Amino acid sequence: MRDTIKILSVVLLLVALLLVVPRSGSFVVLLATRAMCFAILAMSVDLLLGFTGLPSLGQAAYFGVGAYLTAILATRYHIGLGWDFWLVVAAGMLVGAALAALFGLFALRATGVYFLMITLALGQCVWGLAYRWNSLTGGDNGINVGSRPNFGLDLTDETTLFFLVFGFFATSLAALYVLARSPFGRSLEGIRERELRMQILGYNTWLHKYLAFVIAGAFGGLSGVLWAHINGHVSPETVVLTTSVDALLMVVLGGAGTLVGGAIGAGIVFALREYLSTLVPWWQYVLGGVYVLTILYLPTGLMGIPAQIRQFRVADGKGGRSGKVKPLASAPS
Amino acid sequence: MGTQFWVVQAFNGISYGALLFLVGSGLSLIFGVMRIVNLSHGAYFLWGGYIALSVIGATGSWALSLPVAALAVAAIGVAMERLFLRSDGFARLRTALIAVGLGVLGALALAARWGDVTGGSWAGLVMLAAACAAIAYVLLDRIPVLAVETDVLRQVLLTVGFAFLFQQAALDIWGGNNMDINPPHEMTASIVVGGLYFPLYRVFMIGMAIVIGALLWLVMEKTRMGAAVRATVDDAQMARGVGIDTNRVSMFIFALGAFLAALGGVIGGAFLGIYPGLDFEILPLAFAVVIIGGMGSLGGAAIGALAVGLADNFGKALFPEVSYFTLYAPMVLILAVKPTGLFGRE
Repeated sequence: MRDTIKILSVVLLLVALLLVVPRSGSFVVLLATRAMCFAILAMSVDLLLGFTGLPSLGQAAYFGVGAYLTAILATRYHIGLGWDFWLVVAAGMLVGAALAALFGLFALRATGVYFLMITLALGQCVWGLAYRWNSLTGGDNGINVGSRPNFGLDLTDETTLFFLVFGFFATSLAALYVLARSPFGRSLEGIRERELRMQILGYNTWLHKYLAFVIAGAFGGLSGVLWAHINGHVSPETVVLTTSVDALLMVVLGGAGTLVGGAIGAGIVFALREYLSTLVPWWQYVLGGVYVLTILYLPTGLMGIPAQIRQFRVADGKGGRSGKVKPLASAPS
Repeated sequence: MGTQFWVVQAFNGISYGALLFLVGSGLSLIFGVMRIVNLSHGAYFLWGGYIALSVIGATGSWALSLPVAALAVAAIGVAMERLFLRSDGFARLRTALIAVGLGVLGALALAARWGDVTGGSWAGLVMLAAACAAIAYVLLDRIPVLAVETDVLRQVLLTVGFAFLFQQAALDIWGGNNMDINPPHEMTASIVVGGLYFPLYRVFMIGMAIVIGALLWLVMEKTRMGAAVRATVDDAQMARGVGIDTNRVSMFIFALGAFLAALGGVIGGAFLGIYPGLDFEILPLAFAVVIIGGMGSLGGAAIGALAVGLADNFGKALFPEVSYFTLYAPMVLILAVKPTGLFGRE
């Protein structure tokens, strides 16, 4: 019953987004399009962090290969500018998944803080190639994607692009929700809580984590494909370490393990960044401030506020203030 | 590509490694002692360089800028560690600091959006900021702050937040131009050996790294504090059990780490330049040093720095298209095979 209410409220929010945004001027349309694209990346991070307990600091790698694939196919081979855009979407997801399948072999050998480090290193590998492999990636200058696809739907129109990205975003949210609620998703949560117990119960925990890693890579690739067309330009900036860190922040800000939280976090970070950067030159203080405040005061994210208040009241009633919240990623022993 | 090429490239690689040793050794010790992955370490490097520029601008003395910049950044590092990375103590000061920050930002944002709220005067702006800060303090004081020590991810994101704050502050204070630290005239000469030119400054960098490495080794091996640090790296709980004040050890190590990073910024600023974004460029390299060498190990950091410096230089010279890949791929392999690094302790 409570699940039904949650799903209904999310659907209502999505419908409201669909109705309000296209009438709110080009600035809001562009902002919402970008935020939804990053929301897909953030949700892929959440599948790893929130459901499997793997804090990835290298999700920009899959985002980057999706974006570069789209840009290279479009500029060199003129693929993906007509109906074959859908082929590029599929290819982007496949490449993201394939890269994650390769990287996962290394990354899943490490746990805790070492997982953070190894995903950081893997992300830097992709960044290094993007930055230096001039003949393929255009080096520091990157690649201008040029015209957007036109397959009946003309994506050069910002509102049409918004509807398309919305479609991908809503589908990804639904797909990841179904996945998280499936027996597979439940076992991921089991692994997050207590991996050893899951192993004793006979689950192949490595395979579960590996599959989650690959699926997250596929969604990272998808958001990269969309980003290449939204932004119109792909450069090493796309794959840089701070993109991965931003995606993590979005998840933590919204609330890990909720999927919607990552989307809300993406919306807030983009709204703050795009709106404030037109208003004042020092908007990065606000971004830094959001990090610090979220970490100190919202350990369970915005979605966790109701639970936090409840806990706070209980603790307050007993005269104590120390709420106990489960760490997002446990410290190394 | 004769011997000459190899000698010059090796020399450049070693001198770059000397610089990376300064940044990496501090990061490594901080991780070893506190298990904190400090992503604002690159900002310490950048701030060291910028503060040195200011000192040189004011006094004209390069030699003076080294200790001043390093000590100033060490103080910043300690403040960050005491106030934000430790949950015990300073809770009110922390809340007050955040409230003041929020107040100033809030007032500036209100003034930027609706200029007339402050009447356009400084006094009005200050009063508005004070009011915002007071409201923020009252609100924030009601929210319990949860310890970040036990949660690696929250620590990482917290230090990222500080990295962004430091980055923006540096941009506001020193501007966005690429600046150079000019070492004293005597150091711009070159030594000629066998027809090859070796810039004196790079020789100085190598010498400096060796001296600092030796000093660090002496402190770690021969002093009481060093023994306490090593004990904390090995087993913090046990160290506390035998009466070592690990709280003080971690403060000392954080100060030392920030000190070394800032020193690296001053020294490296002469040949890398000092510019916005340098912090996030040097950070992954410092992590490569730490991971290859092993976290918490001084000797490991030295070897890691040498390896990264050489790999970076030869990679760029021999296979420019994959040069960064050749740097980070070994890092991945080492993490996958032996996560604690080549010389790290289990």
